[in-house]
Amino acid sequence: MSAARTDHRWLELIGIALVAALILVFLPLVLDIFRLNLVGKYLTYAFVAVGLVLCWGHTGILSLGQGLFFGLGGYCMAAFLKLEASSVANTKIQSTPGIPDFMDWNQITQLPYIWVPFESLTFTLIAVVAVPAIAAFVIGAALLKRRVGGVYFAIITQAVALVLSILIVGQQGYTGGINGITDLRTLLGWDIRPDSAKYILYFVCCFMLLGTMFVARFVLASKLGRILVATRDKEDRVRFSGYDVANYKTFVFCLASAMAAIGGAMFTLQVGFMSPSFVGIVPSIEMVIFCAVGGRQSIVGAVAGTLLVNWGKTMFSEDFPQLWLFAMGGLFIAVVIAFPRGLAGIMTDQIIPRLGSWRGPGRSQPSPAPAE
Amino acid sequence: MFGDYSIGDLGSILVMQGFSGLILFSVYLLMALGLAIIFGQMGVINMAHGEFMILGAYMTYFCSHLFQSYLPGLYPGYFFVAMVVAFIVSGTAGLLVEWALIRHLYARPLDTLLATWGLSLIMQQAFRSGFGAREVGVELPTWMMGSLQVTSTIEVQINGLFVMALTLLITATVALLLYRSRWGLQVRAVMANRAMSGAAGIDTRRVDRLTFGLGCGIAGIAGSAFTMIGSTGPTAGQLYIVDTFLVVVFGGAQSLLGTIASAFTISQSQSTLEFFLTGSMAKVITLLIVIGVLMLRPQGLFVLKVRR
Amino acid sequence: MSEKWTTNLFNPTRRELLAGAAALSATAMLSPAALAQQFPTAKVNTTGLAVTDSEVTVGILHSVTGTMAISETGSVEAEKLAIDQINQQGGVLGRKIKFIQEDGASDWPTFAEKAKKLLVNDKCAAVMGCWTSASRKAVLPVFEQYNGMLYYPTFYEGLEQSKNVIYTGQEATQQILAGLNWVQQEKGAKTFYLLGSDYIWPRTSNKIARKHIENVLKMKVLGEEYFPLGNTQFNSVINKMKLAKPDVIYAIIVGGSNVAFYKQLKAAGIDLTKQTLMTISVTEDEIDGIGGENIVGAYACMKYFQSLDNPNNKAFVPAFKKMWGEKTVIGDVTQAAYLGPNLWKLTVEKAGSFDIDKIAAASPGVEFLGAPEGYVRIHENHHLWSKTRVGRARADGQYDVVYETKDLMEPNPFPKGYQ
Repeated sequence: MSAARTDHRWLELIGIALVAALILVFLPLVLDIFRLNLVGKYLTYAFVAVGLVLCWGHTGILSLGQGLFFGLGGYCMAAFLKLEASSVANTKIQSTPGIPDFMDWNQITQLPYIWVPFESLTFTLIAVVAVPAIAAFVIGAALLKRRVGGVYFAIITQAVALVLSILIVGQQGYTGGINGITDLRTLLGWDIRPDSAKYILYFVCCFMLLGTMFVARFVLASKLGRILVATRDKEDRVRFSGYDVANYKTFVFCLASAMAAIGGAMFTLQVGFMSPSFVGIVPSIEMVIFCAVGGRQSIVGAVAGTLLVNWGKTMFSEDFPQLWLFAMGGLFIAVVIAFPRGLAGIMTDQIIPRLGSWRGPGRSQPSPAPAE
Repeated sequence: MFGDYSIGDLGSILVMQGFSGLILFSVYLLMALGLAIIFGQMGVINMAHGEFMILGAYMTYFCSHLFQSYLPGLYPGYFFVAMVVAFIVSGTAGLLVEWALIRHLYARPLDTLLATWGLSLIMQQAFRSGFGAREVGVELPTWMMGSLQVTSTIEVQINGLFVMALTLLITATVALLLYRSRWGLQVRAVMANRAMSGAAGIDTRRVDRLTFGLGCGIAGIAGSAFTMIGSTGPTAGQLYIVDTFLVVVFGGAQSLLGTIASAFTISQSQSTLEFFLTGSMAKVITLLIVIGVLMLRPQGLFVLKVRR
Repeated sequence: MSEKWTTNLFNPTRRELLAGAAALSATAMLSPAALAQQFPTAKVNTTGLAVTDSEVTVGILHSVTGTMAISETGSVEAEKLAIDQINQQGGVLGRKIKFIQEDGASDWPTFAEKAKKLLVNDKCAAVMGCWTSASRKAVLPVFEQYNGMLYYPTFYEGLEQSKNVIYTGQEATQQILAGLNWVQQEKGAKTFYLLGSDYIWPRTSNKIARKHIENVLKMKVLGEEYFPLGNTQFNSVINKMKLAKPDVIYAIIVGGSNVAFYKQLKAAGIDLTKQTLMTISVTEDEIDGIGGENIVGAYACMKYFQSLDNPNNKAFVPAFKKMWGEKTVIGDVTQAAYLGPNLWKLTVEKAGSFDIDKIAAASPGVEFLGAPEGYVRIHENHHLWSKTRVGRARADGQYDVVYETKDLMEPNPFPKGYQ
């Protein structure tokens, strides 16, 4: 392994350690629970960003519909929590007790079949990962096997996200419609609303995110990771070398979607509701920008980018809501033109070499620039 | 549902529904033309296309006020002036954007997507700050409102006719430009093989800039025409953007004929389904059909070569 | 107090508030400081809200950016006007109202986040906010968990009731039933065509409308159709309606689609002065975007119109225009937002305290005689008794009020037989 690559791996480990220190130690000590809960929310977006690092940064598949998978995971978790919150005792003022309130308003008198399996936590946990992965598989296989890439793939994922959001809003009897599924209370009897629960959920989210980061890192460091990078840069050669490129791409797309879905489920737990406003086009693109700002090829960068952009959003929108949109639009443009490798890119290209020059000449070289 | 109507009535239904389908077709085609030119020529997806349309709409609003205040006598004709203004303003804005932003990103179409999305956010906020968060009403001259009575049971909307005529005119002009003018020759050459065209002495950068400007100018005219049938507000551009993309992508980006065929198919499917089902389901089914066809034939309906 | 007076342009609002607060007129004569002394902070604020001897903090939570900014701007303006007027009269229990405004950005999770901030960090004594049902549903658990009080101004589908919310807009039955009765009597309507945008409010409202038309009025519904939010092409359904020729088109189209719908209706040759159309979703704000000439002749069921002819409104409209510009229009929701701070002030004075539990208990029965719509009273279910009115749209964007219920309509958010 070259010196640059070893350096790179060390840098990444240091980066992950720093992130872990930040979210596990520093922030909980410095912030009150309200702000910490917000950070927890941002971290759920980071799941999506890490997935995008895998499928976009390293494989070149840009999905503008990650909100779709975030939403699917979130809705599965919300279904379970809502059923638990809609026990017969809690809903006795309804015409049909024991079913979620929005079903009651829509004159549904019996729990629809599709909801029944979500009474079990085991099924729900499996569904959170499986349902989006299957959806990703269907979309991915159909498109990627036919070598649809780039812009076409991005637009089709947008269209699919749009279809799902229209369906969710229209079928309000089954999904809660545009209001989403709200008023979630307990997880297996444990109340998720008080501050103590928020602390615990925050740390659970942190650990899951760190776990996801390690999984991503493992994938990238393995032989699979090298094939993915090769695919991004010169797909035909990989194909000529005998690899079935479509399979690898589909796998990574499904993995990214599963990560997004876990983020969605953690979101539902921490924020206490899920709505179709996460499934649509606008949130999906925002998740892409978090990844881009942080550095689309860096797992650590993606997490850092997510935290930074969201923090900026909250701060700005409190004081200068009008300016925020200008700033965000400007950020999109700046990231794409001025620093395409994101903050992580600035780190590795500008700062680390300068630090490295203290260690003597010739030790560090910048990594090759991305083709896309 | 058909039982209550006589044959004559059913005939009228079919004619009027067909006409509605044609109007929808014109609307989609007008929206998509600008984007198709840009996408086909440069492989650039301009996510701010909707905002360029709304820029044209706001210019129309502005002209309407100008004429009302200073030239009330010429008011009935203001719409034509407004369209020209919309073309010029949107086109110029397009040229500026190309020079400032797009030309840095030709090798990276996905990044253009993101950059133009950022641009659309900025434009939306600029509209909000400049014209207010509320929607603005654009008043039409009286001759454009209402409908013509063709027979006793068939009525056709005047502004529908106007939109159709406009679309025909613009499509014909674009086709003429593309296939009969020198610029069109250059555009087709660059589309076929950029490197060779450059080697043959064509200034590809200039061609790109003019194409982008033209595409945005057409978007401006489309937005101006849409003030007759839709709303004008800071976020109105977002209503059109996904449909426009699908029409362009479905048609196969590099073919004018493809865009026309695609707009026709999608609009007819939507309007027919809407007649028999409800609006939401028609939209969902049309989208699913488009996605399904794209999954089977990802390069679109008509294409010069397989695109990645 | 005599109804006849000349509108004093220099201080119309003082007269209006004095008329409304007849019972408190003696108290209102006291200076704020003296009033604050009568109600010491330790007694009126026992739960740690942001109340001092001279100030009380409330929150304003609406969308200033995003698609909903179009609609919510009016509510923000009305709430600020009300707060300003109350402060000029000496404030609430001698304390001036200070407000903290947050932007929901048309994003429901942001609403929930900001709501929590206003209640937990800023400890607001009341929050005026939300517009869409989705935003309200997102913040409701926050208000119930942290025991806040929300004043919610939009007319909505009902099916909700909470100790922590005062709904100052009409719920569905108040808007729908009287209007349908009127159109059936006045126009002899026998057939209806129901239209709506595809989400909970239009669907629930049309469900109520349908039950009423079929079961109570014993008339026929020829068709019922929904369109996705943001839809801009309505020609197909317009053709269907041209053929079905319903006596009444009942349209609950929302947002940007409204503009497209009415423009396309007009272009198709449907003259609303001849074809009866009734809507519950078009206020003066929406007509601004649609263009009065496109909707002239349509009927809307609201509880407030800017053109209402009563002394309260005659003072309110100029005051609003003075603060926010001559060209502004005032729709039903804007007026309902204006009621929020005023009702809160009256409730606090009745309870003699800022504590949320005491306000919640004191709310039923609170009357606001200075309401621009005339008169409102809070019901036990935290909605308002108010009149329903039917207005006919004019080309200049205002409504002519053609009908007003004789009595106040009782709010019924869980209507039996209409579900």
